Amino acid sequence: MLRASTTAAMLLCASLAAAQPAPGYTVTGDAIAEPLGGLRGDAQRGRAIVLDRRTGLCLLCHSGPFPEERFQGDLAPDLKGAGARWSEGQLRLRMVDSARLNPNTLMPSYYRTTDLTRVAAAFRDKPVLSAAQIEDVIAFLMTLKD
Amino acid sequence: MKARAAALARLALATLLVTALPRAVSQAPGEPPAGKQSGYAWMARETRAIQDDALANPGMLSVLDGEALWARKAGTAGLACADCHGDARLSMKGVATRFPAFDARLGRPLNLEQRINACRTERQAAPALRYESRDLLALTAYVARQSHGLPIAPPADARLRPHVEAGRAEYLRRQGQLNLSCAQCHDGLADRKLVGNPITQGHPTGYPIYRLEWQAVGSLQRRLRNCMAGVRAEPHPYGAAEAVNLEAYLMWRARGMPLETPAVRP
Ligand code: HEC
Ligand code: HEC
Repeated sequence: MLRASTTAAMLLCASLAAAQPAPGYTVTGDAIAEPLGGLRGDAQRGRAIVLDRRTGLCLLCHSGPFPEERFQGDLAPDLKGAGARWSEGQLRLRMVDSARLNPNTLMPSYYRTTDLTRVAAAFRDKPVLSAAQIEDVIAFLMTLKD
Repeated sequence: MKARAAALARLALATLLVTALPRAVSQAPGEPPAGKQSGYAWMARETRAIQDDALANPGMLSVLDGEALWARKAGTAGLACADCHGDARLSMKGVATRFPAFDARLGRPLNLEQRINACRTERQAAPALRYESRDLLALTAYVARQSHGLPIAPPADARLRPHVEAGRAEYLRRQGQLNLSCAQCHDGLADRKLVGNPITQGHPTGYPIYRLEWQAVGSLQRRLRNCMAGVRAEPHPYGAAEAVNLEAYLMWRARGMPLETPAVRP
């Protein structure tokens, strides 16, 4: 009985979470000025996401100031100095939907769930990173000043 | 001292080899690269040596299995492949260079695995072999081995053309959660590095291959499913029409390149 009701509660939670729409955003020029969902990122967590090859995937393509990481990509600009080259709002749009700036880009749109083809079932209707994760990554990128 | 000089010389040679690799040449979308190079060109010297040595190449075990199966009777018809086709070294020479081929009776192209299974079910009255099963890989490897060194020669068959075109469209289309196309990696980025691994031009010259990462022999379909999973796209079921179209396009794109079956890949 107890087990049945916890399962029901878990199911309910899951469906509530699924029903919660991902926070929207407004693009101004080449930037998204406001943090997604008004969330405040954490640079430490952001660093972990950027280095994690299954979550952030960044180092598949990018290299960066991470001397401890042996294998890094050479398909994209070095992340070194990203926080000096771009404002927080510019980085946000580049994370959320880079294709808006360059339709042929290789950089995945980390927060886009529409206009995609044949997405694997496990990833369907989900962004690559959540709003909170994207804010964490931006907080970290802003620390890469030189 | 002498050892050190030799090591330096090897290093210099390795650097030369690396810089002598083909650079990605700009090309029209979906057209084959100007200087076509097999994945072999990007492999480490040790990996090439394994492929080149028939005694060291683990894919050759599969070829030998296939040779035994070729002569073994199967199914209720009690026939072996050899009963209809005789000596594979003669009858199967060049066959793999022409697949996928259009099957008039089924009205669609079949890849080599599907052709072998069609013979099993229709002529041998035996159950079809499962994709990626040891026996299907072995027979495919044995048949394809008979074309070793021969240039890929897709048939000039008008019925095949729409399938090649459909394969090309799929090759150019972005897919998956990461929204990348085959062309973005294998045309645009060949010779660059994805997490430290070289991306090649993506030619299907060596299938079935022995892949070190799999520790096993696998089909071209399996390789394509890996690339799709990599961009978080739904992989096509083994032998699905879309996947065979993609194979037909890749063979057209690689036409003229010598077959290497069984190739070894990292
Ligand atoms: C599949 C390849 C790929 C992946 C994965 C990827 N990027 Fe990118 N990224 C690119 C490319 C290519 C560009 C260059 C811009 C363009 O071509 O539009 C770029 C541009 C950028 C830029 C702006 C360029 C600059 O000067 O720094 C930032 C910042 C960035 N990426 C961060 C990230 C982060 C953080 C991640 C992971 C969470 C990531 N990227 C994952 C390919 C990728
Ligand atoms: C994000 C990059 C990427 C994308 C997108 C991609 N691949 Fe690959 N592919 C690779 C890498 C890396 C390898 C392993 C190294 C190599 O052989 O290029 C590979 C290997 C291959 C090979 C084996 C080549 C050989 O020598 O045996 C083929 C064939 C191939 N890909 C075809 C495709 C097709 C068709 C698609 C689209 C459905 C595709 N790839 C999408 C990165 C990619």
